[in-house]
Amino acid sequence: MTTEPQDIRSIRTRRSFIDNARRLLKTAPISAWFGMVIIAFYLFIAVFAPLLAPYSESAAIGKAYEQPSLAHWFGTDQIGRDVLSRVMYGARNTIGIALLTVMISFTIGGVLGVYAAVTRGWLDQILSRLVDILMSIPVLIFSLMLLAMFGKELYNLILILAVLDSTRVYRLARNTALSVAVQDFVEAARLRGEKLPWIVLREIVPNILPPLIAEFGLRFCFVFLTISALSFLGVGIQPPTADWGSMVAESKTLITYGRIQPLIPAASIALLTVAVNFVVDWFLQKTSGLRDEK
Amino acid sequence: MNSVLRTVMQRLGLGLLTLLAVSVIIFSTLEFLPGGYAENILGQGATKENVANFNKELGLDRPATVRYVEWITGVVQGDFGNSYSGLNGKIKRSVSSVIAPRFYNTFFLAAMTAIVAVPIALALGLLAALYRNSWFDRTVNALTLTTIASPEFFVAYLLMYFFAIKNRWFYSLSTVDVNTPFWEHVSRGLLPALTLTLVIIAHMMRMTRASIISLLSSPYIEMARLKGLTPSQVILKHALPNAWAPIATVIAFNLAYLVVGVVVVEVVFVYPGIGQLMVDSVSTRDMPVVQACALIFAATYILLNLLADIVAIITNPRLLHPK
Repeated sequence: MTTEPQDIRSIRTRRSFIDNARRLLKTAPISAWFGMVIIAFYLFIAVFAPLLAPYSESAAIGKAYEQPSLAHWFGTDQIGRDVLSRVMYGARNTIGIALLTVMISFTIGGVLGVYAAVTRGWLDQILSRLVDILMSIPVLIFSLMLLAMFGKELYNLILILAVLDSTRVYRLARNTALSVAVQDFVEAARLRGEKLPWIVLREIVPNILPPLIAEFGLRFCFVFLTISALSFLGVGIQPPTADWGSMVAESKTLITYGRIQPLIPAASIALLTVAVNFVVDWFLQKTSGLRDEK
Repeated sequence: MNSVLRTVMQRLGLGLLTLLAVSVIIFSTLEFLPGGYAENILGQGATKENVANFNKELGLDRPATVRYVEWITGVVQGDFGNSYSGLNGKIKRSVSSVIAPRFYNTFFLAAMTAIVAVPIALALGLLAALYRNSWFDRTVNALTLTTIASPEFFVAYLLMYFFAIKNRWFYSLSTVDVNTPFWEHVSRGLLPALTLTLVIIAHMMRMTRASIISLLSSPYIEMARLKGLTPSQVILKHALPNAWAPIATVIAFNLAYLVVGVVVVEVVFVYPGIGQLMVDSVSTRDMPVVQACALIFAATYILLNLLADIVAIITNPRLLHPK
């Protein structure tokens, strides 16, 4: 039986999402592939940490500061906990906390930014001035001061960083939304009587999404590094929670004896942020063409 | 020249206003604390009299506006009030006397870094921009992206491991005090300075590259090339006058970035600077010292950015010829 020739009018003019994704991935450079593989690996570890880790996060199972061996690949820490297990749980805690922070920051900054750009009233003026002032204090310094004041609880850390970081999101969301909001198709939508939610969700948001997605990656890196730095300084994520920044701080004396143990969590942080940066770099080149234009 | 002066004055005024607003924010964090500072420090078991005495001793019982005016007039004269540490004992130390030696040390470290980092970064950025998309450009690009994305303490410990532990070329810890001779201070500061240099070079080089590339792709440069000028003439006569502004911005922006990097690096190398002082005071909740450090950091950051803006305004050739 021969197959019927397809009706000429039924040719699909739109590619499906999966087709698009496949075509995009084919053109990805090696650095972006490297980044995506690393990120997938980290997420896998983070999700399945309880199944993968050989020991528990907080149980002391050996002597303090044991050398790496077959039983403990990365050795043990200052009270005899398995470092490999803690690195795995650390992926879960540190990435989870950073992701949560960035999501809150994007909710606050994104909503306020788009709202300010669309309404352009006194709220826009006040928020923009406030953001200018808040952005002129370095985040690490500001969060150190606020943590000293309000205490080192985890919810304080997340909220403080989310609010401070949302200023950057606000500025980007407002500026990109503003440049979209003055275009003709938005005006046309307004003239044909669309309501504000429709204009925001159907006309503006799809057009500001690519830069915001790229920004999400960069903000994640920034927040992740700031949380790690704060934990390293002893005011971030508190023990006994396994976290890479504080693990570096806890084992830092070992380095003077020529042991590389503190470098392991530090390298875990570096590898993830480098990977995210590679992917974002490629994504930015793909979507905007702004970087390195001729 | 008049319009240049006016723009500079405007920018200066805006900068001072920002500084004032930041000082209000830093001061008022103490006020926002639910339940008040005294209750938080003394704990749940504190009686009413305890709290009242504590507040009276610190002067916290007076209205916030009065205390702010007192604080800020003191700060302008270099007096940050008294430290809370050793409050129950007899010793009452002024914040300024705690900060002064630390401030010198941090300034010393930052100066060392800047002297090395600025020329190297500018040269690298310029080369990468001129030989864009060559293997040199690609290598430097990947290397700097990696450095930027790594946490400072990773770079610091990596350098310490290889250059101070495996090979004993540098001091692994940078403990200095007032009596340390100049050259020993330099040699003990080498490793932290090297760490900061690496981090800052990455940022500065990428920004220099980007601004030079955008400059070289502008139409008037193409015009200069097309009318047959030699490459050196194009760079020196046409590109350079417009390049001062972005270069100044890049330098000032990155020196401002140094302000943040210095905190972590000082802690890693146990260098007695203002960053470490701030971290120590955070853990003892010595708020006057924390606020003073925060204000110094923020002010440095704001003033450097202000300086960059003003240099950009002054060197902008277009403003010199008003319509």
